[in-house]
Amino acid sequence: MEEIFIPKPEKPIPNLSISNDQGLLQWISSVDHKQIGIMYLWLTVVFLIIGGIEILLVRIQLSIPKNHFLLPETYNQLFTMHGTTMIFFVAMPAIFGFSTYFVPLMIGANDMAFPRLNALSFWMTFFGGSLLYFSFLAGGAPDAGWFNYAPLNQVNFSTSKGIDYYCSGLLLSGIGSVTASINFIVTILNYKVRSMSLKQLPIFVWMVLINSFLVLAAFPSLNAALAMLLIDRQLHAHFFSAVAGGSAILWQHLFWLFGHPEVYIVILPIFGILSEVFPVFSRKSIFGYAFVVGSGMAISLLAFGVWVHHMFTTGLGNTVNGFFAASSLLIGIPTGVKIFSWLATMYGGSLRFSVSMMFAIAFLIEFTIGGLSGISFAIVPIDWQLTDTYYVVAHLHYVLIGGTVFGLFSGMFYWFPKISGRVLDERLGKWFFWLFVISFNLTFLVQHALGAMGMPRRVYTYPNISGWGILNFISTIGAFLMAVSFGLFIYIVLKAMKKGEIASSDPWDADTLEWTTTSPPPLQNFDRVIPIKSARPYRDYKLRNDADFKIK
Amino acid sequence: MYFPLQMFIYFQSIFNSFSPQSEKIRSITNGFIIAACFILLLVIFLTIYILVKFRAKTNKHEPKEITSNRKLEILMVTGPFILVLFFFFWSIKIMNAVLPERHKETPDVVITGHQWWWEISYPSSKSITSNELHLPVGKKLLLQLNSADVIHSWWVPSLAGKMDMIPGTTNYLWMTLSKPGIYEGACSEFCGQQHAWMRIRVIGESPEDFNQWVIINARNALPILDSKALAGETLFKKATCSSCHSIRGTDAKGIAGPDLTHFASRKMILGGILENNPKNVFDWLTDPQKIKPGAHMPRFIFNRDSISALTAYLEQLK
Repeated sequence: MEEIFIPKPEKPIPNLSISNDQGLLQWISSVDHKQIGIMYLWLTVVFLIIGGIEILLVRIQLSIPKNHFLLPETYNQLFTMHGTTMIFFVAMPAIFGFSTYFVPLMIGANDMAFPRLNALSFWMTFFGGSLLYFSFLAGGAPDAGWFNYAPLNQVNFSTSKGIDYYCSGLLLSGIGSVTASINFIVTILNYKVRSMSLKQLPIFVWMVLINSFLVLAAFPSLNAALAMLLIDRQLHAHFFSAVAGGSAILWQHLFWLFGHPEVYIVILPIFGILSEVFPVFSRKSIFGYAFVVGSGMAISLLAFGVWVHHMFTTGLGNTVNGFFAASSLLIGIPTGVKIFSWLATMYGGSLRFSVSMMFAIAFLIEFTIGGLSGISFAIVPIDWQLTDTYYVVAHLHYVLIGGTVFGLFSGMFYWFPKISGRVLDERLGKWFFWLFVISFNLTFLVQHALGAMGMPRRVYTYPNISGWGILNFISTIGAFLMAVSFGLFIYIVLKAMKKGEIASSDPWDADTLEWTTTSPPPLQNFDRVIPIKSARPYRDYKLRNDADFKIK
Repeated sequence: MYFPLQMFIYFQSIFNSFSPQSEKIRSITNGFIIAACFILLLVIFLTIYILVKFRAKTNKHEPKEITSNRKLEILMVTGPFILVLFFFFWSIKIMNAVLPERHKETPDVVITGHQWWWEISYPSSKSITSNELHLPVGKKLLLQLNSADVIHSWWVPSLAGKMDMIPGTTNYLWMTLSKPGIYEGACSEFCGQQHAWMRIRVIGESPEDFNQWVIINARNALPILDSKALAGETLFKKATCSSCHSIRGTDAKGIAGPDLTHFASRKMILGGILENNPKNVFDWLTDPQKIKPGAHMPRFIFNRDSISALTAYLEQLK
């Protein structure tokens, strides 16, 4: 047993003389990483419901040709808010939630390095999202799409205050993301238990570490672009206004220099979650630890050299396009390597099909579909045909739902017992799994065909072209089924919280440190930490004769 | 009834190609689909095989460790790498064939994207039109693409890939139509409220038909004879229509809206929302914001007689 490094917290609210149990006030003022992690996850749920309702309205509008359910103005606000919400206020907080909760637990620390900064990060995200949504009350939400191209984002084309709120909301939540990342880096490097070498870091922690550097490098570009846009809109500068000598294309460069790494920001920690789930439910260690970590680093470096593949149709010329085609094709390799690493992890194992594992396995196939359709955008001529169509919509949802959301559900079913002390109902969970998989594929598979049949994205309605009506109708049915399955998920969570089966400290017979403490962990995570001699310390501790460090 | 002959409207799809440019893209798309399906099926097969073969029999059993395998790791990297190289060089070849560098060639057509319609002019003649692009079959054509306001993107899937129209810059696109017919497309960069109704029709004609169309279209509007249309013409001049619209041969010289000189020769109006017939034009003039909300045409409060006179005038501009 080893003494741990971080000072022991004595009170949940330092320097304030109030008792431990203060209800809402305690949550609001908490600097405990577990409470903040849980708040991130609830924030995710709230925004997921809002973003989901927005897209259901959009799908109703698109269910039949020439529908008059929504005005174009409303439609444009709804799809813009859906995209912005899902990326910045669902995917990001969900990932930060799991990271904030589990990084300290997995490295044997009692809290994050900077607990107050941790709280600041959460509240910045919270208020950033609130500010964004305040735009509805202030005369109209942003309406130029989540990537908000210039010059459509200029005052003369988007006259409401929506885009000003978009800029300020994203700047605020961006501060939260940057501070959270600094916090993760310092926590992981300085507060991991002393005997844990970098080679023994759980892969989830590795991915959070890599991801934090990615956030630090990517967000300045977005923040610069947002600040410039605010100056354009408020002080009548013309960075992005071509008629006044600015450059419309500059916005795209600045945005995608952030935007493409952002795609990896919301998938790398998911790779981390899967690299925890596969070994536990296969009863084997991860195949190619160094390979999985190394490919994560390769992805994060290459991520900064691929942004122009979002701009292949802007006429930059074949030389530039060729360069970015090469880098975009290359980034597929480390991603593919991971899929095969996970397959090899399962190979020869003893597989237990819990709901968490089922989501992880489904991820392998759904994410492969999204990854492969992504490669078609690295092949420039195919991109010229398919970019900005429903094929892109299908692709990005296969990556962000088939990838990120499937991974988050896997993580949720895996870690929920630790967070709440109760187990999510596995039987209902399996119903939820199948309903979600079927409805997700129903919604998005057909959209590949719509794109190939010439349907552009972001149209509020469409003429009665043969095939478009029926495929859109199928997609709308799928979207509503997804909403039903998500409702079932919420029910499963609430049911478990009320009267779920009590979880032991280690319900899955897992390998890493978070399972050595009680479920849920006490305010002070650990008194002492078991010895760390491999990447699976808890397994080594439980199976002394078969420990990883003895085999090597 | 507005075309020399009834033409077939081809089903728009990236796989239904009617130009060498689109055909070349189709070939690499098919190649990609084969490779992608192979990889996907491999992953699905491996997943199912592993799931069936290695499902847990008892909970106690601890499987044998395989933490790495050098041969498999090398295969995992080199296999995809060879595929990547193959598709990279194939892409470059097709990029250069489909979109070669423009040297001194002058564009055959200049297309300007507006919120929410296309202005089409032919530099070699005075011919100007909108939304419905007439092109001759069999000639390699150079399209010059500009924007008057925000970014638009020109896309007709059966004829070529898309190319953005960006304010402040000029882009070019090559296309060679291989068959007469009507090809559909749409703006595919989000450009504001009516992005959905910025549809494209390309009318591919034999060179003779095309030349005849250009000659007719380059002419001024014919003098109006019947009294109702004449009343419409007077109203068109008196009201502010001419601040935005041009009718060649009259005093109307506005440039903000579509040129109406040969308005009645176009099959659709408003970027594809409605067919061009007197009823639809009447409805549009009655309340533009009801038919195309956000469009830059304001609502003029005319009485019904005035609107039907205007409609009669516009429908004579063949």
